[in-house]
Formats: sequence, structure tokens, C-alpha cells
Amino acid sequence: MHIKTIARRLGGLADAGPVARAMPRREFLRLTALAGGGLLITWSAPAVLGAESAAPASAKPLPDPQAFIKIHPDNTVEIAVNRLDFGQGALTALPMLLAEELDVDWSQVKAHLAPAADAYKDPIFGIQMTGGSNAVANSWLQYRQIGAAARIMLVAAAARQWNVPAASCQTGSGMVRSGTHEATYAALAQAAAQQAVPEKVALKAPGDFRIIGKGKTRLDAHAGATGAKSYGIDVRLPGMKVALVQRPPTFGGQLASFDASRALALKGVRDVFEVATDRGGSGVAIVADGYWPAKQARDVLQVQWKPGVGANTSSDALYASYRSAAKSPALTARDADLSAGARATRHLGGEYRFPYLAHAPMEPLNASFQFKPDGVTVWAGTQFQTIDQGAIAQTLGLKPEQVELITMPAGGGFGRRAVPTSDYLREGARIAKAWHERAGADGGPLKVMWSREDDIKGGYYRPAHLHTVDAALDEKGKVLAWDHVIVGQSLVKGTPFEAFLVKNGIDSTMIEGVVDNAYAMPLRLRVTHPEVGVPVLWWRSVGHTHTAFVMETMVDEVARAAGQDPVAWRLAQLDADKQSRRIAALRLAVEKSGYGGALPAGHAWGVAVHESFGSVVAYVVDVSIEDGRPRVHAATAGVHANQVVNPLAAEAQIQGAAQFGLAMTQPGFEITLKDGVVQQSQFTDYTPPRITEAIAVAVHFVPSQDAPTGLGEPGVPPIAPAIANAVAALTGKRLRALPFDLTA
Amino acid sequence: MTSLNINGKTIPVDADPSTPLLWALRDVLGMTGTKFGCGVAACGACTVHVNGQATRSCVTPISAVVGQKITTIEGVGAGSVAQAVQAAWIAHDVAQCGYCQSGQIMSATALLAGNKAPTDADIDAAMAGNLCRCGTYQRIRAAIHDAAKNLA
Repeated sequence: MHIKTIARRLGGLADAGPVARAMPRREFLRLTALAGGGLLITWSAPAVLGAESAAPASAKPLPDPQAFIKIHPDNTVEIAVNRLDFGQGALTALPMLLAEELDVDWSQVKAHLAPAADAYKDPIFGIQMTGGSNAVANSWLQYRQIGAAARIMLVAAAARQWNVPAASCQTGSGMVRSGTHEATYAALAQAAAQQAVPEKVALKAPGDFRIIGKGKTRLDAHAGATGAKSYGIDVRLPGMKVALVQRPPTFGGQLASFDASRALALKGVRDVFEVATDRGGSGVAIVADGYWPAKQARDVLQVQWKPGVGANTSSDALYASYRSAAKSPALTARDADLSAGARATRHLGGEYRFPYLAHAPMEPLNASFQFKPDGVTVWAGTQFQTIDQGAIAQTLGLKPEQVELITMPAGGGFGRRAVPTSDYLREGARIAKAWHERAGADGGPLKVMWSREDDIKGGYYRPAHLHTVDAALDEKGKVLAWDHVIVGQSLVKGTPFEAFLVKNGIDSTMIEGVVDNAYAMPLRLRVTHPEVGVPVLWWRSVGHTHTAFVMETMVDEVARAAGQDPVAWRLAQLDADKQSRRIAALRLAVEKSGYGGALPAGHAWGVAVHESFGSVVAYVVDVSIEDGRPRVHAATAGVHANQVVNPLAAEAQIQGAAQFGLAMTQPGFEITLKDGVVQQSQFTDYTPPRITEAIAVAVHFVPSQDAPTGLGEPGVPPIAPAIANAVAALTGKRLRALPFDLTA
Repeated sequence: MTSLNINGKTIPVDADPSTPLLWALRDVLGMTGTKFGCGVAACGACTVHVNGQATRSCVTPISAVVGQKITTIEGVGAGSVAQAVQAAWIAHDVAQCGYCQSGQIMSATALLAGNKAPTDADIDAAMAGNLCRCGTYQRIRAAIHDAAKNLA
């Protein structure tokens, strides 16, 4: 399905407004003089992306203010970022793009996250969202074009004032100069607002970049280091109460009865009431003066439950059923003639297993609600503003425009704040509404919070998967046939994303990384999507979290079986033209790591390379085994993400992603179920890496001036297979299940 | 009414004595720089100093810290060690989402206050209680070494 159709479908989700109509070009960009001498520059994305005239331009007049740039009287420039920043650095990277073309100094730049509004929809996806490692990639043109257009108008204002040709004017450091004339942007702001919006803007050549490509520290680094940075969980409003929910122990479970008398007797507890929870379930909401009294009240609630749809799920039985399903997969995602496999002299492969995984961002989920006469204001660190705004509106019986959704910085997310069903926001809205109605005049704003236990037990996991691979090899080790099966829940079935991510019944997010068949083998891929009563969701790098592991460990195994060096095998197998970026990233990692050189006794090299979200990451690792677990002594990353906008943040994304991927390998990092009940609940039994286990990664980028590709996710997939390949080199044993168990 | 010494000031706190210091800070006093991550002293996001010692405020009842010197991320920057740590944190661009960083900075400051030249093993021991899901550990280590150098 074409990307614009996606945009239309998703854009229509929350906004069933008037049918789009063509807008005169000049209306897309609007400059407004601010009291005090500032300039407000507002924008509607489809204008400059003029070639996209078929795109569903929002035809509604923009509510004010929807600014991308505010030029303040002190000549600082405040830039609105149409994304969530949850660590990936959009708050800094997008202003870098705009400031580059506006020709201001970086020291003049401030930024904030934009609230939900039409102007801030992703210019390509058509909804306001952050995901798929797309923030920089999709706004690469948009933010530079906005900056360039504003600069042209400021110059035009100066030229008119000084009666000189615009061509005689130069810009820099937020000033326009011509001969002996000079003026700050702030001083020109009022006049610039009267200038014609340029029909076309020329963008700088990469050689002229002064900001793009230069490492910049986060714009909120100081606030973060001093405790001043405010997240969703930090929202405080006069009269605000805090709500916690006792959710059913099984997904979709329902309340049979509850006794709140002990809970209500506690000081600071305001109300206890039944609330509809996710998946047709029900639970008990507690409203209190703060988190602590709410938590204490919840601990003494007496609740009886009826089991939900997920009540029959146990991990062992689940894998057994997947194993059985893998023998007769329902759907063919990629076909191939496997007949040559009949003359194979050996077969490699087996069964691969991946557990459910919780995202476990450091900031537990939360949202704050404040009703006003004509609607509601909601504060949330969400990746899906448009979808959540619509979901909240629907839940509350409002129109989307009656929901003012403030984007708060989020303490991580990794996909958990990009929920097609808006689970936690719908639930929060129901609680806030009930509180508002029950408490009457006393019912002020409400912050709905999740405990860590709620987070770990709360579902929306990376789904469990089972792969089987049968690789048929000839006597020289050449792959004659590769028969691959994946069994796992669809991420998007039953959600609005199904329409364009599911094709012929196959969820494309489950097969990405295998179906593209980078090594050009006779590869057949068949899949089955079982129905399981466990809510699932994308988890940083989505399908690649499991597909990269299978592909990159399996080809390593094939290479070794052929008696070839695994790097040499990959380079020989990869098409020099079609896979040139993959080759470049792999070569860079190999070259910088010293791969193949002598290592201390008991160490081995491991390699993996994978493309996801438009970028390639190759890791070379040096691994030994300590206390029965792999220990990574050094890691080198070769990355091809085209033009890197902020090298400092880009390096951090790869380094952090490596730890995120490392987590998948570590014992204790899996969600298991018994009779529908999640067996883990805390960082004590669901254990991400600590500094003691962290891998130091030297990150190297392939130089490029092509339009940027993703960086938030691509560093995750290849680390686990690189480590597994090193373990196989050390022990001869192929690890086929995550997390690793070297004793199995 | 409990009275606490926080960041050098005596502050009345209207909360039950069993209330964890974390929630007294956040919900009663509105000092939200100290973060909630787990509630069971497993992640370190809530780390404050009690008499200079890194302490998990989520499991420390306010009754246990009456008369003690409590320092939070909002006040720690008054000291030269924390200033060096914060400066190194910014220079190394340590934070990604930043949510765990208040606790990381409090733990790192407590480490450097008692150990002017920590080894990697010292850093591991002092920082192992502070989780970071963004995986900023490599820069945390570099920033601590750098801060130590700048304090020498």
C-alpha cells in the first residue's frame, strides 16, 4: 500500500474532519508579528513538500498557535519539535536541521515538544507520531525547508528596508547584513511577516553545513543534570489527585467483587470505584492525595476475579503449540523453488525460540487529565499524539479538537508509548471522567499512574516467537534451499494498522529481516499467526528483534560449515550493488575492530550485520565465557545511516541500542506466563543489564551525504547474534533460544 | 508534622511518618527531580544523599531521616563534586531519555566524594544499583572518570 494511503487511513483515525481540499500555497506558511517584536512562523507541512500534492492536506484553519519557529525579541529562536523525545534526541536533531537553514548560531536555539495539532503531523505518515526510527528521516526536508523559507523572508524584509537587492544580503548568526547595514532577525521580524512566502526554497549543499553533522549535546542536558527536566510523571496541578488501578491478574479478566472498606479507611484515600480496563476487563481504581496512599490502599483492597481471555496461557504450552503450528504453517510470505534441496549432503538449522518481552521504560506509564468547560487537557509522554487524541476524545465523548494533548518528555518508551489501542490513555480517561463526575466540585485534575509491577505485568509485550530453519547444503557448503517458518502473534491485527501492515493475512512486522533475503538464497518463508490472549506490541526494532538473530546466526553457521570465514562468506554472498551499504558497514566494522587478529586464549570474534529502518549496523565483538555466561570485552560498530545529523547523539543511539539488544541475551530477561498470570513483576525478576554488564561500543559511521535513515532502532538487532556467533566459535554450540542458556 | 533537613533547609512535611522519602519529596513537597522507577530499591532512580551517602529514597521512610542531612538533585549542585559531575554529564552528553540520570548523578557524586580516583571496578560497585534502560553506561563511566580528573 502506498505511503499516502497509509497517511490517509491513519490521519482519518482521529480526525474525521472536513474533506481535504487544495490550499493555495502561500497559506501553508504564515508569519505573525508577536507583541514585543517577535515573529511567529506557522506551517502546514504539505506546502513545501509540494510534489506531494495528492497528500491529504489538512484543510482546516490551523488553531493558533501552531508555530514551528518563534523568534523572540532577544533574538533567540524557539523551535517546536513535532515528535516525542524519549531519549532518541529529536528535541535536538530537528532544531539542528531548521537552524542550519535559518542561519542562526546554535547558541541562539531553544526547543520544545509540540502538542498534538495538525501542523505537527509527520509530513510523510500523515499522523503525529514517533516511531520506526523516522523522526529525522521524515523531517529531513521539512525542517530545513521551514528554516530556509523563513530566512528568505527575513532577507526580503531587510532588502526592502534598506532598499538594496536581496542578493546583496548575507545571513549568519541570526543577522542580515548588506554593506554597512545590519539587523537582527528579531528586529526584522515584524517586517518579515509582511513578505511573500517563497514559492521555492534552495537548500544548502552539504559542504556548506555548519550545524548538521557537528556533534551537539542535548538541548535539555542542563535541565536533565540538575533535576529540572519535567516528565509526564512530574506534572503537578493545584488540587491534583493520583489514581492507581488494581488490574485483573489475567488479561481481560473481570472483577467479581471487591471490598474497599480497608482501603477507604486510609488517610489520603479519596475514592475507590470499578473501572473498565483493557481488553474488556474490569478493575478497581483508587484515587488518593498521592501515589503512596493510593499504593497502600491498593495493597489492602480485597478483590475477587473472574478469569479473562488470557487465562489459559502458559509459556511452556505456548511454545509446544507453536512448535506444532510450525509443522504446517498457514501462509506463504515468500516462495522459492526448494527442489535443489533434494541433492543436499547436509542440513543445518533447527528451532529458535524468543520469549515475550516487556519494554520496561524507566518512567512508568502515566497520564494527567484536567477537565475544562469545553473539553479536557491531557499531559502524556506519547509516541502517538494523533491516535491518542482521537482515542481519548472517543472515550470521553468529545471531538478530537476538544482534547488538548500536551506532549511531555518521556523517560524511555521503546514502543510502549506507541499503542494502536491507546490502552493506558483510554483507561486513564475513563478514570478521570469517573472521578470528575463522582467528586463533583472536589474533583480536580487527576494523574493516573502505573507502578513498576503494573508495567512489567501489564502486557503489550514483544510477542513470543518460534522459528524453524532447514538449510540444505551441498558438499561445498552452498545453500541449495532455505526453508524458514515463523510462528508468532500479529502485532497489528485488529488495530487500525492492520489495513496497511498486514498483506494476505501476513503481518509484515513479523517477517521483516527474513523476507528481504539479503543473502539472495533460495529462501521460502511461511508463517502462522496464532491467536493468544496476551496483548502484544512493537518493541524497539520490532520484528528485527528476532529475525536478525535467526538470519545472522544461521548464516554464520552455514559459513562455518562451508569452511569459510563468516565475514568472507557474507561479503561473497552479498550483491555488490544492491547490498553496497551493508557491505560498507560490515567492512568498516571489520577494519576498525581488527577482526581476525589474535585474541587472548578463551576469546573469540563474533560478527553480525543487519539492515533495519533503512540503516545498516554491523557489530564485531570480542567475547569470552565467564561464569557460564558470555562476556563481551569489546565491540565495534560499523553503521551506514547516510548523512548523520548529530554524530554525538547518533553514537549514543548505537551504544545504547547495543545494551538494549544485550538485554535479550541475559538470563532473567524474559516474560513467562503460567495459567495466564505473568510470572515477573519487578526489576528484581525482569533484569535489564546494569553497568557491570554493559558493553563498550566503538561506533564508526560510513561517510555519506544521502538523506538520513533511522538510528533509534537499527543498533538493537545485530548485537545478540554477534555474541551468539562468538559463543559458537568458542564452544561449538549454537545458541537458538533467547535469553541465552549455555547449560542447555 | 515531621520536619526534615533537605538541601540545607528545615522543611515541615505533612505526611505519615511511614511515608517513603521519595513520595514526601515528590507528592508533598513538589520536588520532582528525584524519580520513581520501581519502589523497591532495585533501579536507583530515586537516589538521594542522606549524610552524603547514596540512599534509595523509595524505601526510606521519612521517620528514619529526621535530623539527617538530606540532599536531592535539586540541591546537590551546591557542592563542587556534584558540579564537576554535572559538568561532565553535560559535556559527555550522557543522558538519553534522562529519567534515571538524577539518580545516576547522585550515586556518582557520592562515589567521588569518598573516592577521588575511582577505578572501573569502583565505578561498577558504586553504580550497579542504578539502572538505565537507554544504556548510557559507557558515557556514565567516561563522565565519572572525567569528573574525577577535573576534581584532582
